[in-house]
Amino acid sequence: MSSILIRQAGPMLTVQDLGRKGLQHLGVSGSGPMDGPSMRMANRLVGNDDGQAILEFAHVGGHFEVTEPVRFAVTGGDVEITVDGERRHGWESFALLPGQVLKIGALRDAVWGYLALSGGIETQPVLGARSTHLRTGIGGLEGRRLAAGDRLPLGITHPASMLALTQAFRRPLGPVRVVKGPQADHFDASAWQDFLGTGFVVSGQRDRMAQMLEGPLVRAALGHDIVSDGTVSGSIQVPASGRPIVLMAERQTTGGYPKIATVASIDLPRLAQAMTGAPVRFKVISQDEAETLYLAQSQALKAALSGLEEKSEMSNLQREQVDE
Amino acid sequence: MTERDPAPRRFPLIAACGDSALVIELSDQIDEETNRRVVALADSLAAEAITGIVETVPTYRSLLVVYDPALVRGQQLAPLLLERLADISAESGAQRRIVVPVVYGGPVGMDLDELAELKQMSSDALISLHSAAEYRVYMIGFAPGFAYLGGLPEVLHTPRLAVPRQRIEASAIGIGGKQASINSVPGPSGWRFIGRTPLKLFDPTREDAFLLRAGDRVRFRPVEADEAAALDAAATQGTLAAEWESP
Repeated sequence: MSSILIRQAGPMLTVQDLGRKGLQHLGVSGSGPMDGPSMRMANRLVGNDDGQAILEFAHVGGHFEVTEPVRFAVTGGDVEITVDGERRHGWESFALLPGQVLKIGALRDAVWGYLALSGGIETQPVLGARSTHLRTGIGGLEGRRLAAGDRLPLGITHPASMLALTQAFRRPLGPVRVVKGPQADHFDASAWQDFLGTGFVVSGQRDRMAQMLEGPLVRAALGHDIVSDGTVSGSIQVPASGRPIVLMAERQTTGGYPKIATVASIDLPRLAQAMTGAPVRFKVISQDEAETLYLAQSQALKAALSGLEEKSEMSNLQREQVDE
Repeated sequence: MTERDPAPRRFPLIAACGDSALVIELSDQIDEETNRRVVALADSLAAEAITGIVETVPTYRSLLVVYDPALVRGQQLAPLLLERLADISAESGAQRRIVVPVVYGGPVGMDLDELAELKQMSSDALISLHSAAEYRVYMIGFAPGFAYLGGLPEVLHTPRLAVPRQRIEASAIGIGGKQASINSVPGPSGWRFIGRTPLKLFDPTREDAFLLRAGDRVRFRPVEADEAAALDAAATQGTLAAEWESP
């Protein structure tokens, strides 16, 4: 069976697909990619369906080998990629042959990177998905981070062309948009001013579960304890410390801190990808507006995914010259 | 502070949770009647779907409703939820009742003796109190299969520890404030623990990975070391069946 061998692993390398659906009432959050659009793009570039399992890495990729010829693509951010020492590019697909070593270095402008391989990673699904859920220890390979020496089965690669993006993939700019609530009224006008005024800095305290923010302390006039209720990806909870925490893919399904606002779906991958130390400002929009933005972005992503271009030898050559 | 609207919250209220979820709050208190309505609303939406709803998450006193904005917008969904809530009188469906065997004390139930001392009773008296009560699963949350229980006798209400412990076992039987719990996965906790059960609340290798659901009724049955060893052996072999009582 075709497989990928991990020769070296970055500090947070996991198997992810689109995550688990419909289990939140049983205490299981979705998991899945921190940056969904980048993950889908990587899959499409190698001819996979959007939701096939890929490798997600934080900061640094690793070294990889395969037992059968495959196509691969790396997305998420700007990163050094080589095959047997020869440079390759992100956001397009290339061949990886048995005996060759693919090396993926450190992301320069993002936090989460994606390595898709044609055929997809075919570890055993758990509760309907292959996504690793680290807190629970399920999915992926033994529910854990990958390490040097691990081997993962790959699906079948069907012959296809190498693909590239026709236009660069751009994330939205400007303030991170949020929808107020569900506990907006736990916070008075001065707390809202603190939350929306000067802005925050992305803290180094971050993982697949949550992202902490440094900045003004936000005080809940009605207290920092609520009767625990459900959370979503993007919930911004404010514990007694006053330091906001944005819940992410592997969050706890319920929580007892008031949630001042929820990050709009369109901007959550961007927040996940913001470098530690980067400034973040929030801007309130209505739920209706956030829905409209989300739907528009889904359409734009669909268009980008269907507009992938077959690479010709010529264009590769031309680009090599430009790179020199 | 002067700008804060002091108007009391009126229930039910619906609030946005971003662009793909709403929460419908029935109260801001923990009580059985409220939770019954929450579970009944979730059951009703499962039995008779509203287009666009992806999943619901019942908690103590509110229901999180996740939807697909491509199929329904939040503004359209909110009145439909209120309408549905108004139609609900009591909990739908038969309640399930389970008996959970518990080995009180021991390394996992490390707080038993100290808690008994704190309550000025013998450990046996504490065990009798804890196992005589009937509990209700108010919600499954925090972690896979983790059961939050209501119905803890008032004398056993105990504040959480100031500093959480780093690792509590999956099977631990806990007390946190007014609530009781059965832990489902190992992890940190500031609750007090008085025993453990051979049952697994979460086992991804089992056909039904989750033992309990919101609305289930739970009783604890003290078991001695001999029986516990037999139950543990059965659990290891995957042959330990939960004791469900017929309604």
